Amino acid sequence: MSNATYEKQNPAFYVLLVCLIFMAVGPIFLMLVNSFKLDVDIISGTTGLLFLPTIQNYETALCDILWYEPEHLDFCSLKFGGSLINSIIIALVSTALTLVIGCMAAYALVRFRFMGRDTVSVSTLLVRMVPPAVLLVPVFGLWNNEFCLDKDGLIGGFIRDTFGGRGDVCLAGTHSGIILIYVAMNLPFVIWILQSFIVQVPRQLEEAARVDGAGPFQVFFLVVLPLIKPGLAAAAIFTFRIAWNEYLLASALSDRDTKTVPILIVNNMSEFNVEWGVIMATGMLLAIPPIIFTLFASRQIITGMTAGAVKG
Amino acid sequence: MQTAAINRLAPYVFIAPAAVIMVIALVYPLGYMIYGSFRSWDPSQKISETEFVGFSNYVQLANDPAFLESLSVTLRFAFVVVSIEMILGVGLALLLDRKIRGMSVLRTLFILPMMIAPVVVGLMWRYMYHPTVGTINRFLKSLGFEGVDWLGANALTSVIIADVWQWTPFIFILSLAALQSLPQSALEASRIDGATTLQQIFYIKLPLMMPVLIVTCLLRLIDAFKVLEVILVMTEGGPGLSTEILALRISRTATEFRELGVAAAMSNYLLILLMLLTVAMFAFTRIQEVRARRQQALIGAEN
Repeated sequence: MSNATYEKQNPAFYVLLVCLIFMAVGPIFLMLVNSFKLDVDIISGTTGLLFLPTIQNYETALCDILWYEPEHLDFCSLKFGGSLINSIIIALVSTALTLVIGCMAAYALVRFRFMGRDTVSVSTLLVRMVPPAVLLVPVFGLWNNEFCLDKDGLIGGFIRDTFGGRGDVCLAGTHSGIILIYVAMNLPFVIWILQSFIVQVPRQLEEAARVDGAGPFQVFFLVVLPLIKPGLAAAAIFTFRIAWNEYLLASALSDRDTKTVPILIVNNMSEFNVEWGVIMATGMLLAIPPIIFTLFASRQIITGMTAGAVKG
Repeated sequence: MQTAAINRLAPYVFIAPAAVIMVIALVYPLGYMIYGSFRSWDPSQKISETEFVGFSNYVQLANDPAFLESLSVTLRFAFVVVSIEMILGVGLALLLDRKIRGMSVLRTLFILPMMIAPVVVGLMWRYMYHPTVGTINRFLKSLGFEGVDWLGANALTSVIIADVWQWTPFIFILSLAALQSLPQSALEASRIDGATTLQQIFYIKLPLMMPVLIVTCLLRLIDAFKVLEVILVMTEGGPGLSTEILALRISRTATEFRELGVAAAMSNYLLILLMLLTVAMFAFTRIQEVRARRQQALIGAEN
C-alpha cells in the first residue's frame, strides 16, 4: 500500500493544474519581467522574453538611497528609498508590538479565565468586520486634533524645541501614530490565534515550573513562549502583511516624511503619464517581502488562514 | 507576601496593554465617529467647535443619488464576487482533493495573490487591462479580435475579475482543508453503498462542509466590503460612479469634499449593513444546527 500514496491521474488533470498555476502566478511574473524592461520596450510591445534586461528601473526607484549616482538620471525625483525605510520601520515595529502585547493578553485569557473563548471569538469577528475606511474619519480627526501634546506643555514644548516645527505635537504624521492604529487593528486576530495555540500547552508543564519556584512571568517567557512558536510565526506574518500593505489609513495619517510605499505607488499611478517600468519596479519591491514569506512559511500561513474558519 | 501580590496582579498586568490600546485606538474612535456623524464637521475644526445637526447627515445621504448609486455598486460587487469565488473555489477544491504529487507547491503558489499588497494587485491589472499597451488586449488583437475597453465601458466587470483572481484561492484553501478533515468513514460507507461521485459530492461532502463554507462565505463577504486599494489604483472609482464602492466614497467624502460628518454617517451606514449581514449569517447557521439536532433526536427516538 505504500506506493498508493500518490494516485495516477488523467493527463487532462495535469493540464488543468498547469493552467491554474499559470493563472495564479502569471500576472506576478509579468510584473517581474516588465520591471526589468525599459519603457520603450514595454510600450512598443516586444513580447516574450526577447529583450535586454536592465536594472535601470530599480536604480530610478531607489535613487535616494543608492551609494552611487545612476548614469541615466539627472535628478532624483522619486523618493522611494525614504518611504521604503518608513514602511520597514512601521511594519517591523507594529509586528513586534502586536506580538508581545497579543501574546500576553492571550495567555491571560486562557490561563486566568477572564472571559470565555466565545467573547474573544465574537470580538475578533466584530473587529474584522470594521473596514479600514470606517476607521478613516475618526482616526483622522482624533490623531490630528485630540491626541496631541500642547506645544506650551512640558513634553510637547521639549519636542518642539528639539525637533522644530509649528503647532501642537500630534500623533498624525508620526510613525507612532500609524503604528498605534495597526497594532489595534491586528490585536484581536493575534490574540485569538495565539489563544488556540496556548490552550494546547499542557497545564502540568506550567505547574511543574511553578513548583520549581518560577513566578508567573518566568513561566510565561521560559515555558509557554517557546512552545507556541508556530502560532507566533503565523501571527507575525499576518500582522506584518497588513502593516506592510495597508494604504488608506497610512495615507490619512502620514505626512511628507512618513509616507509608506503603497502611498507612493498610488500617488505615482494617478498621474497621466505612467512610467510603467519604474512603477512595476516599485511594485515588485513592495511585493518581495510577502512573496518571500509565502515561499518559506506557506504552512504557517495556511494554518493561520484555516484556523479562522475551520476551527472557529 | 510580595510574591503573592505579584501573582494576584499578574493577569491584570498581562491583559492591560492590549485593553488600553484597543480602547484608545478602536473603541474610542468608533464612539467618536458615531458622535461626529450627528455634527456638521470640517477637517480643520475640533469636534467641540462643530455644530449639532441631528440626523440631517443621514437624511441627506438617504436622498443623495450618488450615495445610493455607490451603495448599489458595493452590493452588486460584493455579491457577484462572493458567488463567483464560492463556486470556483469550492469546485476547484472538490476537483483537486486527491493525493497528488506537488499539492503543497500548488497551494503555496495559490496563496501568492492574497499575500501581495492590494495596491500592487491593482497596478498589475491596470497594466494588463491597458487599452493599447495591456497584455490582454494585445493577446486578443494577436488572435484577430477587437480590443476590449476594459477599464472604460466594462470597468465593474474588470474589477470583479481582478478580485476573483486575488481571492478565489482563499476559498479554495479553506474548502480543501474542510474536505480533508471530513470523516473518512462516511465517505467509505457511501462508496460501499454504491454512491456515484456526484452523489457523494452533493449528499455527503457538501452538507458536511456546510459549517465551514458558511463561515468562509461570511469572512469573504466582509472582506468584499473592505476592498478599496485595488479599485482605487485600477479605476479611481470611475468612469463616472461605475466602480465607486462605499469605502472609496467614504474616503473621498472625507478627503476631497472635506465633509467629515457626512463621511462618518456613511461609515455608520456601512457598519450597520455589515452587522446585519453577520447577524443574518449567524442566525442562519444557528437555525440549521437546531434543525439538524432535532432530526438526529427524531432518528434516535425511532430506534
